[in-house]
Amino acid sequence: MSKKTPKSNATMTGAEALIKGLEAHGVQYIFGLPGGAAIPLFDALYGSKIKTILVRHEQGATHMADGYARATGKVGVALVTSGPGATNAVTGIMTAMMDSIPIVVLCGQTISPMLGKDAFQEADISGITMPVVKHSYLVKEINSIPRIIKEAFHIASTGRPGPVLIDLPKDMTAGAFTGSLDAEMDLPGYSFPGKGNKTDIVKLAKMFKQSKKPLLLIGHGAVIAGADNIIKALAEKMRCPVTMTLLGKGGFPESHPLSLGMLGMHGTAYANKALTSCDLICSIGCRWDDRINGNNDEFCIGAKKIHIDIDPAEINKIVKPDLSIIGDAKMIAEELLKHVSPLNTADWLKELEFYKQEFPLHYSDAEGLTAQRVIDDLYHVTKGKAVVTTDVGQHQMWAAQFYKTDRGVNWISSGGAGTMGFGFPSAIGAQFGRPGELVVAIVGDGGFQMTLCELATAAVNKQPVKVVVIDNKYLGMVRQWQELFFDNRLSGVDLKGNPDFVKLAEAYGIKGFHISKVDECKSVLEQAMKHPGPALIHAEVIKEGNVFPMVPAGKSAYHMIIEAPKTKMEKPTGST
Amino acid sequence: MKSTDIHTLSILVANKPGVLVRVALVFARRGYNIDSLVVSPVHNPKFSRMTITAKGDPTILEQIIKQVNKLIDVIHASEHDTSNAVDRELSLLKVKVTPSYRTIILKHAKEQHAKVVDETDRLMILAHTGSTEELNALETLMTRYGLIEVVRTGKLLMLKGKETT
Repeated sequence: MSKKTPKSNATMTGAEALIKGLEAHGVQYIFGLPGGAAIPLFDALYGSKIKTILVRHEQGATHMADGYARATGKVGVALVTSGPGATNAVTGIMTAMMDSIPIVVLCGQTISPMLGKDAFQEADISGITMPVVKHSYLVKEINSIPRIIKEAFHIASTGRPGPVLIDLPKDMTAGAFTGSLDAEMDLPGYSFPGKGNKTDIVKLAKMFKQSKKPLLLIGHGAVIAGADNIIKALAEKMRCPVTMTLLGKGGFPESHPLSLGMLGMHGTAYANKALTSCDLICSIGCRWDDRINGNNDEFCIGAKKIHIDIDPAEINKIVKPDLSIIGDAKMIAEELLKHVSPLNTADWLKELEFYKQEFPLHYSDAEGLTAQRVIDDLYHVTKGKAVVTTDVGQHQMWAAQFYKTDRGVNWISSGGAGTMGFGFPSAIGAQFGRPGELVVAIVGDGGFQMTLCELATAAVNKQPVKVVVIDNKYLGMVRQWQELFFDNRLSGVDLKGNPDFVKLAEAYGIKGFHISKVDECKSVLEQAMKHPGPALIHAEVIKEGNVFPMVPAGKSAYHMIIEAPKTKMEKPTGST
Repeated sequence: MKSTDIHTLSILVANKPGVLVRVALVFARRGYNIDSLVVSPVHNPKFSRMTITAKGDPTILEQIIKQVNKLIDVIHASEHDTSNAVDRELSLLKVKVTPSYRTIILKHAKEQHAKVVDETDRLMILAHTGSTEELNALETLMTRYGLIEVVRTGKLLMLKGKETT
């Protein structure tokens, strides 16, 4: 036995072996909340190098682990107890699954002889979460723990990343561990693609060469693969314009002249115009989500479609591409860069420039303070360098439009799942992962109230997160739909009864700021961003602002609305 | 291919609890009904073989096969047709027997290579192995005489030649 191999230790518990496994994987933080079935795990954390961050609700724990993972590229870890503790984590697990985020969720469970007998706080969490995990384990042998931990981290972080759940009966964590901590993985059914087919990459380079109006579509996969720099080199070499999905933001610098910003339902008009006009669209790490395609039959008519993805199941799922390449976005982009040459896109870029001038993103201060003004000022105050997280709804779309992102890891938003309550806890997780950097959560008054209990977590741990609450006293996105498509029959959207957010922050010992006027916006934001500790900025904005441009659900980019329509619109047919 | 065509999938999986649920969920979520399902360990007890027949849209099936292949506990999954594979199924048929029909039932059974595995004055259980079509044929025949119950295993399939399934 080599010196490195730890000796089996009869006095070690399963939980202690598990924590040793986490330490070996470089875990710095565990976001969690204990309960009876998880006590052996928390006991093993006592005195560990890993810092336990006590949350106030398990949804927060999973979002923090998620924010940490997105901000660092490392695996985030959450620890919850059995039953309701575990079910509270489901939303966060599903959020991570939809956006391909590597998290490991450890759940306490009743003792194994009681499984299936309706024991106190027993929930079949492996069963409940099966459709929303990349993989899961129910531990049945104490000595399998080191192998399971190793496999869980490997599965969560490789290929197309995703959440892995480990269900840990209390007798497995409290019982004596007698095995070896140096376990081998046993995953005969797991592999993931790498380089991509070279012949196809050469073919793609030829297709670019023949294209007069090429467009690069950058998705989250490119960000996850760390392909940012290669994509920049690729776009610049070919002089090819680039558009990004919500989660692809920053996969290419949005401040770059070749950037068209975000496309899709609330994307920029010029990105959506580019979709209707391009003759080739090459997606790198995007899954042609319905927020982008709207209507498949009318999506990029006449354009050659190329799909690059690490997940073979994404090919042909939504779009039938003319060419598909399966593999790692970075490796494929690197190879592609060797084969492409500068393209004559001068006319194409001129056309897009015309759209940019003609249909810019804009807003007006005439009716008072708007969310767009707050976010635009925030962008300038922070010089576009902050790590920004968002919640879900109107503010999210405005943030996507007006907070230009130059680095993928600086933009954290719940895309696929659209989970309200995500923004604030994910910012806390991101701040733990990126100490010393400015982390700003842009949240709405609706979503913030779903997880605001984590103000305590930020305060106690002195995490200097800045929370900008965009308060329009409505569940604004639904209100917008009701106004546009349902005769303004506002139903279940009025957030009457919102608290005084500044006082709320102060009640947790967090500094509060208030903005309600255009002319004070920038200076208050400046003060707040300079505040050394956590801060909440309550921005009271006009109540009835709408997000434009807008492509109605189920429609293609040809049906984009740039301004508020004067006449009543038909109800959308697409998914939500 | 029509959406009513029957597809046969062969899936090699880790022999662990819960694997069947994971595979079944992939079908159920996409509205695909499983017609038959056979699961049993292969010669290496670490692994099990699932043979599934299902009806439905071939484009959805393509997605199902890809999603099943992505499951960590699935070693590989693929669709097969009978051109390069042999397939067999076993059925047990409980048939009502009257003195006048006894001889003819036994004659049909013999012709179709079905065996009598249990017999009383009034009842007979036949065990029949063959292709799905052969099983269907005998079953239809027996309904004439009074078929009381049928239990079928579902289709098994193995690739011909050197290639393993």
